[in-house]
Amino acid sequence: MGSIAESTQQALVLLFGGDPDLWVIIGISFKVSLTALLIATPFAIAMAFLLAFGRFPGRRLLITTFNTLLSFPAVVVGLTFYILLSRQGPLGEWQLLFTQPAMVIGQIALALPILIAMGHSSLQATDRRAWETARTLGASRTRAVMTLMREARFGLLAALLAAFGRIIAEVGASMMLGGNILHYTRNIPTAIALETSKGEFAQGIALGLVLLMMAFLLNGLLQVVQGKGRPVA
Amino acid sequence: MGKGRMTTLKGFLIGLLSLSLLGGAFAASERDKIVRLATTTSTDNSGLLGDLLPRFTRVTGYQVHVIAVGTGKALRMGRDGDVDVVLVHAPAAERKFVRDGHGVQRLPVMFNDFVLVGPDDDPAVVAKAKSAVDALRRIAEHGGVFVSRGDDSGTHKKERGLWAAQGLTPSGVWYREVGQGMGKVLQIADELNAYTLTDRGTWLAYREKSRLQVVYQGHEELFNPYAIIQVSAQRYPDLNHAGAKALIDWIRGDEGQQAIAAYRKSGEQLFKPSANSVAVR
Repeated sequence: MGSIAESTQQALVLLFGGDPDLWVIIGISFKVSLTALLIATPFAIAMAFLLAFGRFPGRRLLITTFNTLLSFPAVVVGLTFYILLSRQGPLGEWQLLFTQPAMVIGQIALALPILIAMGHSSLQATDRRAWETARTLGASRTRAVMTLMREARFGLLAALLAAFGRIIAEVGASMMLGGNILHYTRNIPTAIALETSKGEFAQGIALGLVLLMMAFLLNGLLQVVQGKGRPVA
Repeated sequence: MGKGRMTTLKGFLIGLLSLSLLGGAFAASERDKIVRLATTTSTDNSGLLGDLLPRFTRVTGYQVHVIAVGTGKALRMGRDGDVDVVLVHAPAAERKFVRDGHGVQRLPVMFNDFVLVGPDDDPAVVAKAKSAVDALRRIAEHGGVFVSRGDDSGTHKKERGLWAAQGLTPSGVWYREVGQGMGKVLQIADELNAYTLTDRGTWLAYREKSRLQVVYQGHEELFNPYAIIQVSAQRYPDLNHAGAKALIDWIRGDEGQQAIAAYRKSGEQLFKPSANSVAVR
């Protein structure tokens, strides 16, 4: 292979020379991961609320379960849904294996534990009296929920970013469930794996750079938002 | 907590609803325009399919979704009805696949051959081998490192067949099963300065990036035929059989066969068309 500098230079040319294949791959990554996040978030927040403020038997067990799922390996998630979605599996009729929805499902499963566990702890940290105060002041349940979400917004935002970071960079489940099909299910991580196996390091580096830049931007954004919020909090 | 539970339930239902909408939007729209092909890493990594399939799409309008895995896994996907058609290279396994009713018919597409590649100085003197089997025995006896695919691919099946032909079960630190695709295995062999068995197509595609050399080739035992098989319409009536058939007809027709013959990588022909040849086993 050429030097790292040489590969990196080629990578930049690929990225900013408008190599269409590369941008298709990047587009697929974002489409799939944002869709997964969009679907997972409402459920996760509802669950986080329930765990933070609900009192019901089995609550502690649920919390432990979601915390355990945090460290669930992505390849195992991939394998589980592969078996479920394969035509021979219980959900085979849907014919979803090797499609974008299959990847979305896998990524939802990966995002949920992070969203729930982090969402729960940030909601838990808010003052429980805020809820009671809002309620006694005559706020509707929805309003009270909104108040609490505002209280916990930085924590919730951090949960979103962490979940997004995990699913967009994840290779195992995407590879198994999507099948790494060009222009359809080939996303950034599976493309990096493939290009590396072909010895095409420049493409891999280019895509790696995209992930790095994205992480940097998102975290920068979080910093800005938190910075603005500080006087209030 | 009755109301809290309602919220959860609502969230869950919304999630399910959007998921099913999404599934419908993504999946149903174009399923009959899409042919799913499970194939080996060798046809994809060598760049052949990237050259052929756009032509096929231009002529027929079908999109081909390529899932490149080892032959063993590709046949498994066919058996499970997860793909419409398979293009693989392991004649014995293919015959069994058709015999067991998983596939319609095994039809030859093209061939090339396997070659043994290894370090330039050839420490096991494989170049002097009298047969492919003899070449492997030399590696085993002279302590050269051998990298095996170890993934039940067509190449791996071939390699195991060659060991079995002399009653050997390779094991030991010199024998490394890595469980990866052909391209990756060539890279690993290069890094370890080891021997490995590869199809000629992938080797030609990788040769420029590698310090290894072909150390043994040209024996009849190393013949490498590729065949295409449509997945059983009886077992899975709702697969895209029309699309699978169109792909088979095209790739075995004049245009496909000429495109295969014309495909070159650094000036060398990677595969030879064989749809009309009788000699193909």
